Amino acid sequence: MKRKIQYLIISLLLIGFVASAQNPKAKSGTFALTHASIETITKGVITHGTIIIQKGKITAVGTNVSVPSDAIVIDCTGKWIYPGMIDGGTRVGLLEIGQIPQASDEHETGQVIPQMKALTAVNPNSVLIPVTRISGVTTVITAPGGGMFPGTAALINLHGYVPDQMFAGFEGLVMNFPNQSRRGYYDRRTDEDIKKDVEKVTKQMNDIWDRAVEYYKLDSATKGKGLTYYPEMTAFLPVVRGEQNLMIEVNAANDIKAALKWVADRKIKKVIFTGVAEGWRMADEIAKAKIPVVVGPTLEEPTRDYDRYDKPYANAGLMKKAGVKIALRTSHAENVRNLPYYAGFAAAYGLGREEALKSVTIVPAEIFGVADKFGSIEVGKVANVFVCDGDPFETKTNIHHVFIEGWQIPMVSRQTQLYEEFLKRDPGLNKN
Amino acid sequence: MKKLIILFIVFISFNQAQAQVQHGNVLIKNGTVITITKGTLENTDVLVKDGKISQIGKNIAAPTGYTVIDATNKFVMPGIIDAHSHIALTAINEYSNAITPEVWTGDELNPFDISIYRALAGGVTVSHALHGSGNAIGGQSETIKHRYGTLDMDVLRMENAPRTIKFALGENPTTHGRNSGLQPQTRMGVEFVIREAFSEARQYMETWDKYNKEKLVKGFRGAPPTYSLRLETLADILKGNIILHCHSYRADEINMLLKVCKEFGVKRLVFQHVNEGFKVAPELAAAGAMASVFSDWWAYKLEVYYSTAYNAAILTRNGVVTSINSDSGELIRHLFHEAAKTQKYGGLSDDEALSLITINPAKQLGIENRVGSLEVGKDGDIAIFQKHPLSIYAIPMITIVDGVVRFDREKDPDDMRIYVDPKQVVDIPTIQSHDHDHDNCLRGTEMFTNKMLGLN
Repeated sequence: MKRKIQYLIISLLLIGFVASAQNPKAKSGTFALTHASIETITKGVITHGTIIIQKGKITAVGTNVSVPSDAIVIDCTGKWIYPGMIDGGTRVGLLEIGQIPQASDEHETGQVIPQMKALTAVNPNSVLIPVTRISGVTTVITAPGGGMFPGTAALINLHGYVPDQMFAGFEGLVMNFPNQSRRGYYDRRTDEDIKKDVEKVTKQMNDIWDRAVEYYKLDSATKGKGLTYYPEMTAFLPVVRGEQNLMIEVNAANDIKAALKWVADRKIKKVIFTGVAEGWRMADEIAKAKIPVVVGPTLEEPTRDYDRYDKPYANAGLMKKAGVKIALRTSHAENVRNLPYYAGFAAAYGLGREEALKSVTIVPAEIFGVADKFGSIEVGKVANVFVCDGDPFETKTNIHHVFIEGWQIPMVSRQTQLYEEFLKRDPGLNKN
Repeated sequence: MKKLIILFIVFISFNQAQAQVQHGNVLIKNGTVITITKGTLENTDVLVKDGKISQIGKNIAAPTGYTVIDATNKFVMPGIIDAHSHIALTAINEYSNAITPEVWTGDELNPFDISIYRALAGGVTVSHALHGSGNAIGGQSETIKHRYGTLDMDVLRMENAPRTIKFALGENPTTHGRNSGLQPQTRMGVEFVIREAFSEARQYMETWDKYNKEKLVKGFRGAPPTYSLRLETLADILKGNIILHCHSYRADEINMLLKVCKEFGVKRLVFQHVNEGFKVAPELAAAGAMASVFSDWWAYKLEVYYSTAYNAAILTRNGVVTSINSDSGELIRHLFHEAAKTQKYGGLSDDEALSLITINPAKQLGIENRVGSLEVGKDGDIAIFQKHPLSIYAIPMITIVDGVVRFDREKDPDDMRIYVDPKQVVDIPTIQSHDHDHDNCLRGTEMFTNKMLGLN
């Protein structure tokens, strides 16, 4: 019987899909999501609640909400509403197909190119975007990779036709801290080589920072007038001034220690650590420095053979316990849809469900300075929400509606379209 | 004293040469027993005697000397099986030729690989240690049991498991061809390389058959034909003695191999990865070919761009015996979670989803009479979870192989290495890079292979 109902639901969904246009568009308007359990994140759970979405914003939340006459009413009886999830580190929009250089814009040439902007190269029509957003991930950091200062990362909402329409109000300067680690089993450098490499790169890093500080002093003294064109140094200015975040990718324990000292010595004001695979080894020190962390991926092998097998799962929880502010990331382009599962694993291995939920909603919003707009369900916030039929961390749960900046997103991706077409292929084995 | 030690070592090596597999006695009490093939039984006990399941029922009394595990409020399922992995191997690809069936991963098993323990910590008790995908016809592969703790590579082998071999279609062999200036460099070339190999093997087989027949005639004085391990192995595929596991992605290449195998009478065929298997599900089902897929990996190269996470569900609904594999030392640690994704992508039932990592991969490796479900007479390979294994909050607690507890979350120390490399520097860890080619398929051991191949 259960199976029959499942088939019925699938058939109904299919009919819905077929009836819609080949490339369905998002819809705007006034929406009322009624009779739902609402996980507000910041203000507890509201049962039998209603959310009103108008002009891209959440205009009402609660049990005693009047539905505007022009509202499109979506009955959410038995369903849950959550704020759209935020992934603190991805390649979405920059990377389309991994092994094809022409389909990858994440990695510009050069060690020190902070003037590169990820937002420039975000492809709003990436096939990966619908795949991601219909899983409830509405907002992501997309970051460049490569050299020591590969450019600025941007926070984007996963709906829009030009990058500017997607921009969600945060940019951070990415820095890959010199790393005293191997990149994988194929990395056959000796320990000596690794240490030499790190020394060399560290010197380069210090020189660059000194120059950036010099440039800042010149810029302040001259009020920006009379300085020659120097795009790299111009890009450092907001960070040196303490206006923009420096997003430092750092993973090995020794590197974390070095980065903490480096940041403290230079009195850099706004810093976010990313990756932080061995953060659990330095958790107290990170907490003491009050540097927020975007940790992940959760599903990763331990960094050392002698470490306990579950350390990558437990890493976020261990840091949280020490008092570190934790957001999660997948580091993916194509499977950012798995963010809720990364959070689920972190929850199971010590972070706990409530904190795990925060680490993909309000905490990243706070870290990126956009908590007034994103990360929870509150009146006045941007209407990034999704409706699902259970705990969104559970794989059994299906997501039924997604709203991004108040736009009702079509629940279609190329992956669902292939499912429709091929579940019962026609013609099957015989064409005639 | 020295003599005694030497004597002891000789004694140990002699014993090891027999590949002494340890079999345990264990009673698992009062769990929710997910048999896979015969339903789910509440408050049920499982008795394992000498490494085999001897009884499943209620209120079984513990015979003396048995390890007793209280599984109250826990979930007991068969050990998970991974039909595609490269753990416990010291090398993956012999790519000196487009055709290398003469090599065998079973020659280079590494019982010290910590990945075996990490797999156990994900409830995985059996894996298929596959040759890589650098050439059209790769090496023979070994089905191993995760008897972590043994120092003897022979103990890892699953006794009497059928022989298997790895083939590869599409971008990997053609890229290797282009890099080395050899055939194949296209999917046309791949077909030809396989056809030619099968044809030569058929000829070889006929020559030997003729000789073996003639030599029985009195007075026959001819010389035997030249022996070739390469052709001998290919002939064994044609005879049905080896299960063919083929790395593949695109629908056209899958269709090609189905036709070639049909023509040469090869019946035991399992496609690996098979991201576009959903497009030719009716053809796969009609041929009785099986599919071992990723839950959701895609877009890391062109031939997986037109993929869907609904692949496993579409294949299952079309009647193809489907499994979910890891191909990765990371992913093998949470295959239960990968299987659970098919409930989101296609609404598979609990038993259907769990079959993808138990009885179905067992069928694909030809070991379904030994493992893959909890039934009396089968091997005592068991995984115990604190929550339902398809829940995101599930944590494997105890993993048992042949009735021997090989993983115990509560009792095992953090450091589970068997062999400690005195040269290993402890403060230089390995941080997998995420900002390079982003090639999921070639992660971990295959990434190493890839570097060696110069594919990056």
